Amino acid sequence: MVLAAASSDVALVFTELGLIVLGLSLLARLSNHFGLSPIPLYLLAGLAIGEGGIVGIELSEEFIEVTAEIGVILLLLTLGLEYTAEELRSGLRAGLPAGALDAVANFTPGLIAGMVLGWSLTASVVLGGVTWISSSGVIAKVLDDLDRLGNRETPSILSILVLEDLAMAVYLPVVAVLLSGSGVVAGGLSLGVALVTVAVVLAVALRYGDQISRMLASRSDEVLLLSVLGLTLLVAGLAQRLQVSAAIGAFLVGIAVGGQVSDRATKLIGPLRDLFAATFFLFFGLQVDPGSLPPVLAAAGALATVTAATKVVTGWWAARRAGVARPGRIRAGTALVARGEFSIVIAGLGVAAGVEPALGAFAAAYVLLLAVTGPLVTRFADELARATSRSAPPTAVSSA
Amino acid sequence: MSDVSETQLPGVGVRHDFITHEGERIGVLSHRSGRRELLLYDREDPDSCRSVVHLDVDDTRTLSELLGVSKVSESVAAVQQQVEGLAIDWLTVGPAHAGTTIADSELRSRTGVSIVAVVRGDSTVPAPDPSFALLAGDVAVVVGTPEGIATAFDLLQG
Repeated sequence: MVLAAASSDVALVFTELGLIVLGLSLLARLSNHFGLSPIPLYLLAGLAIGEGGIVGIELSEEFIEVTAEIGVILLLLTLGLEYTAEELRSGLRAGLPAGALDAVANFTPGLIAGMVLGWSLTASVVLGGVTWISSSGVIAKVLDDLDRLGNRETPSILSILVLEDLAMAVYLPVVAVLLSGSGVVAGGLSLGVALVTVAVVLAVALRYGDQISRMLASRSDEVLLLSVLGLTLLVAGLAQRLQVSAAIGAFLVGIAVGGQVSDRATKLIGPLRDLFAATFFLFFGLQVDPGSLPPVLAAAGALATVTAATKVVTGWWAARRAGVARPGRIRAGTALVARGEFSIVIAGLGVAAGVEPALGAFAAAYVLLLAVTGPLVTRFADELARATSRSAPPTAVSSA
Repeated sequence: MSDVSETQLPGVGVRHDFITHEGERIGVLSHRSGRRELLLYDREDPDSCRSVVHLDVDDTRTLSELLGVSKVSESVAAVQQQVEGLAIDWLTVGPAHAGTTIADSELRSRTGVSIVAVVRGDSTVPAPDPSFALLAGDVAVVVGTPEGIATAFDLLQG
């Protein structure tokens, strides 16, 4: 629709887009400099230039919206690509207890908070998802930056992220059905269809992942990029049509593609995802009126504090099960605190469906808090462990 | 060789680590991308690394050269060239010899070939005693003349 517009419109669109992308690049540069995730800055930029913000820009909103939608799809595609079928299988076998604790301890506070705020059940379930899923992107980067990938608590952290990944395959269809607002019977039916589809795709991916990958494989990067991207958009579109949500479709494509193809596809899709996902975070910020932030700030802060604590407990417990000592347990727990891209994706589904007017602002405030403090807290995990061990019984110190 | 434990890191790669004879735990983290990290674990907090060295594909090759992987094969090749007529071979022990000691097999007296090491599963026994009992499936590293080794091959198989 953009290309069909008159040439003066094209000039305007290009100028605006250029300014926006340049602005995003400055923010990314800034966050790189401080070793932080750029997501909070993108959100803040969206808040600043959107409705009621400091600077109002006449945006070709439709264009930004489609770009943002593609961003969600690519985020979920790479989430699916991240782990091989074998990793999912062994992760499920080994990490189930920790994954279950993670779900209960971190989904429940969001759900209850939604209820207490007087939101509908659907909006509360969405908020539960927002508080549940840690940001695998932020965490992977933090662990790498802090040279903790080789640490012995790291498998426990990664195994929880794998389980959250798998849990999304069940959670997203449930949310999609709740958001569609259909009755109990119709809703139950489409949920059944969605879950069966997910189960079938997972089973096929686990068994025939190699064959699917071989079909897509090509020595040419161009061919591989186009086939993976085309397949993802097609499946996402079909899933949306079937009321399963485009995001799940993209996620399932990511799961189904495995092996070497998935490694290369991740590398090829990565830059595209960064561009579109940045637009998505910006768009999410755009939709939130900055004036609606202050009223929810206290509640979002309280929920952030509670769910930071529950993540620490989750990581602590998972690391202890793996035989990791006290400092490692604290590192694992604090590493999991960061929420980011997937909390925004889940909230975005709710905002698009208009389930709760305060949801967008609430989720934005929540993610802003935890995407910034999560990585900071885990940076000082060892200091935290030392400080707390002085007051602990001497057995904790005697090993030193 | 020390016991190496392997840990899969979903989304990252695989980590191998072992404890040296001096009691230090060291490891290698192989990223899917091919880059590696050399890990030196902390003695006071054995779950964390006191030092991590990042190596790209080139650095990995250089380091493994320096650690002597290629020197070993070089020196074996040198031995073969220096001593003309000397052959080294790896022979699998057949079921008939299961339980017999090296002395009882009379390998040396009958073929002139010496067993310099025995590889059993993942472990290697260098310079085994004559009383060392062979098992079916053991791989004997033998040194001798090419003819002698050919005879030894038939003998150990039988």
